[in-house]
Amino acid sequence: MIPVPPAIQRFPWKLIAVLSAITGFGLLVLYSAAGGNWSPWAWQQGVRFLVFLSVALVIGRFPIRIFEDFAYLGYLGVLFLLIAVELLGFVGGGSQRWLNLGFMNLQPSELMKVAIVIALARFYTQLPPGNTRTFTALWPALAAIGTPAALVMLQPDLGTALAICIGGVVVMFVAGLPFWWFGSAAAAGLAALPILFSMLHDYQQKRVLIFLDPESDPLGAGYHISQSKIAIGSGGIGGKGFLNGSQSHLDYLPEGHTDFIFATMAEEWGLIGGLGLLFAFFLLLRWSTRVAIKARTRFGQLTAAGLTMTIFFYIAINLSMVMGMAPVVGIPLPLFSYGGSSMLTIMTCVGIILAIENDSKTGTRRFH
Amino acid sequence: MFGKKSPPITEAWRGFTFTRRALVVGGAQAAVGVALAARMTYISVIDNERYVLESESNRVNLTLVPPRRGWIVDRHGKALANNRVSLRVDIIPDRLHNKDLVLGQLRTLLRLDNDAMDRIERDLKAASGFQPVAVAEDMTEQEYSSILVHLPELPGIAPQRGFARNYPTGAAVGHLIGYVGAPTAEEYEKVKDPLYITPGYKTGKDGLEKYFQEMLRGKPGAKRVEVTARGKVVRELSTQPDTQGKTVHLTIDADLQEFVARRMGPESGAAVVIDTLTGDILAFVSMPSFDPNSFSDGISNSEYSWLRADDHQPLINKATRGLYPPGSTLKPMAAIAAIDHGIDPSERHTCIGGYRLGSRFFRCLGTHGSVDMPTAIMKSCNSYFYWVAHRLGYDAIAPTARLTGLGEEFQLAGSNQRFGTVPDSAWKMRKYDQPWSASDSLNAVIGQGYVSVNPLQLAVMASRIASGRKLYPRLVNRHFKSDPLPFSADALATARHGMDLVVNGPGGTAGRSRLPLDGIAMAGKTGTAQVRGLNTGNGKGGTWRFRDHGLFVCFCPVDNPRYAASVIIEHGMGGSRAAAPVAKDIFTFIYDREKGMEALETFEAGWGGTIKERMDRSYAAWKAGIAAPDPGLAQ
Repeated sequence: MIPVPPAIQRFPWKLIAVLSAITGFGLLVLYSAAGGNWSPWAWQQGVRFLVFLSVALVIGRFPIRIFEDFAYLGYLGVLFLLIAVELLGFVGGGSQRWLNLGFMNLQPSELMKVAIVIALARFYTQLPPGNTRTFTALWPALAAIGTPAALVMLQPDLGTALAICIGGVVVMFVAGLPFWWFGSAAAAGLAALPILFSMLHDYQQKRVLIFLDPESDPLGAGYHISQSKIAIGSGGIGGKGFLNGSQSHLDYLPEGHTDFIFATMAEEWGLIGGLGLLFAFFLLLRWSTRVAIKARTRFGQLTAAGLTMTIFFYIAINLSMVMGMAPVVGIPLPLFSYGGSSMLTIMTCVGIILAIENDSKTGTRRFH
Repeated sequence: MFGKKSPPITEAWRGFTFTRRALVVGGAQAAVGVALAARMTYISVIDNERYVLESESNRVNLTLVPPRRGWIVDRHGKALANNRVSLRVDIIPDRLHNKDLVLGQLRTLLRLDNDAMDRIERDLKAASGFQPVAVAEDMTEQEYSSILVHLPELPGIAPQRGFARNYPTGAAVGHLIGYVGAPTAEEYEKVKDPLYITPGYKTGKDGLEKYFQEMLRGKPGAKRVEVTARGKVVRELSTQPDTQGKTVHLTIDADLQEFVARRMGPESGAAVVIDTLTGDILAFVSMPSFDPNSFSDGISNSEYSWLRADDHQPLINKATRGLYPPGSTLKPMAAIAAIDHGIDPSERHTCIGGYRLGSRFFRCLGTHGSVDMPTAIMKSCNSYFYWVAHRLGYDAIAPTARLTGLGEEFQLAGSNQRFGTVPDSAWKMRKYDQPWSASDSLNAVIGQGYVSVNPLQLAVMASRIASGRKLYPRLVNRHFKSDPLPFSADALATARHGMDLVVNGPGGTAGRSRLPLDGIAMAGKTGTAQVRGLNTGNGKGGTWRFRDHGLFVCFCPVDNPRYAASVIIEHGMGGSRAAAPVAKDIFTFIYDREKGMEALETFEAGWGGTIKERMDRSYAAWKAGIAAPDPGLAQ
């Protein structure tokens, strides 16, 4: 046996392997989607992954205390950016999600998915255990979730607003708030669905309706879902073979390298490729769930659980969407879809969870 | 223990709750994961077949390739109707995502007018799926390449090289060949053949094109191409070539057909040339005509109105559908009837400038003095034939008229004939419930009164007199029994001799139309048919409408005849003046093409160019007239 230096041992090799496997597979699909070309997508995505992986590993070395200390400040800062985007968007006209920082386009709503989880985790860490079932435990959290979610809805970006809500609600759930609150909220939500539906924008309403019956308009708005299902279904068990996907290569599949990349993959790699990818995501989420359960601090527990949910939400909504089980909401598949914003969010989540894991390996368990 | 009250909340309880709830969340996530895996399995395994099909139907576009139409060729294999390459652009409705933008682009690129845009919009509404809608046909290479260049910005547009029908001699074969056109919606409803709604496919609409449709049609090919979502063809997967339709061989002589058509000049009329050995129709002309190329490309409304407005009636095939009083052209036939009813051809009758029947005096065109039968034919003496008709009665002559083809409807490919009247007493009783009178006989024998014939019948009559056999006219190699006619040799010889004298005798009515050829002479008979009183003009067309028709029937050479012909010039003011010179040039062309062409070119220089040049000019003038109506005409 070759002795491995402790510094190398401390590296989360397994995690890196899972992340690289998902992204590497994604690069192959991007290569194919570009008609057998590393440009314009695959090489850029690869470089971006290496950068963001390094960032995640660096974040993973941070003491967990830092996130706890800057939780509220970070949340308020991101909230301020959201308002700024809204105002600039109002000036610019139309839907604005981006803030141009010169060197990159920043999407504050992406940052909010992380910030809301950390802020609520800090809030419930500080909340005296006896108050868990009181109104004190509820309204600050609802306000903290509702404000950014409403701002994002105004952009309008239904998918991200939902992600923010889900992340926050899961933190509330695992923090121990009474079960029936969630149950009755869910019931009330179901009852209010028609009202909420009427508040959606026309194109969002249309997406929901199309989702319910995609064949009603196979050439119009239902086109995305129909073509995506054709791509996945025609792949069969073994797929049509690498570079042989006709749906993606002949442009029938829209957004074949971003939101609908799973369909591009499934057409060429079939059910085997799809289940393999699902398994890789399972390994990633199992790791983060284990980190949450084993976390040394309550803040770590809540944060890890919330961020796990954020990652999961991306995967679940995207896959449901491409398989025709959810409306088209424009959520990319983490690490797989071409694009920087979602990768930045996911890798930030991974980095913070890594920091929590590292924290739990040092010292003893303590709960605040 | 604590009743409804919850246990006291401690940090330990909180930690326990967290673990439990985290596992619940994790479990829910796993359940969703399993559901997704199941959903994917369902789509890709259970529904696989259906989606493979849909993916294939996305990818592969099957298009019919319209078959190339069979040629129509003349007796020497020269094309009367063939195909030429046609550049066309269609819209595939299913691939058309931004209709307004694409149509706007097309409009600019191809300079389409409002009519064309309306038609495209209308067709698009009626069409569905991959059923292409024609945008433009017969584009220039320049227009075509401008579309090719812009193709990436024009999703749903499919340019292709197809074939279009082509008639090399244009208007000269209009009435003979007919034309083709896109099938109508009713035709498609009847057969439900997708070929019928494939752009570029044409069916025969008139004449021989319609008659031989099944033969000329051919079998369509098919092309499987891989296409992108925007309709761009990536590659051809497989192509099944079309099978061209069969060639139709006609008895027509293309060169003669064109010559005759051109020789008609600006006149309205018809001419038919028949081979007296076989009954083959060598030329079958009705002028003025239309250009079948215009019809086959989809004639414009204004061009059609122009044709309809012409008082020379270019849309009517006068060779089969024009009925005329035959005038004196029937006299050789009447001579045959007379001899076979016992009149000695050398018996003389004295023409005193007419014939007295009771209190009426039937006029002759001259005072011919004492004439025998051949001389009477030569001079076209009415008095002589009045005398014959009065002696025999027309019931004796009518059967002979029918035997020579008058009043007969022939089995002729692609023609729609009006076959006229050969009257007799039974016919008159049937039709008018009146007895036949002697004056009816006198009128009928000089081809006036109730008699009416079409030019084809006159040519058949000439060929039967020339050959002595019951020839049937034919356009394709179709077998007819051509038995000898039951006429005595003496009768036929006298009729032919009289016709010889008409052209070559001293003072024959067509003496000016002797053939300018050595050793070949033409025999014929002029006819002048009165129009006034028969034709109820609407008072608008000036005097042209009331002039007499000029007719001429003839055969050539005089001894051992080979060709027979009839020529009718409407309102030509006399057979010798208008019709016989045309016949002269036709036979001159048959025996000496150069000499014939020389004569023709001299004429055409005077008329203002070839048929096409004159038609184009007339159309342009008509369009200009429509644009700026003459204020003088407005009432």
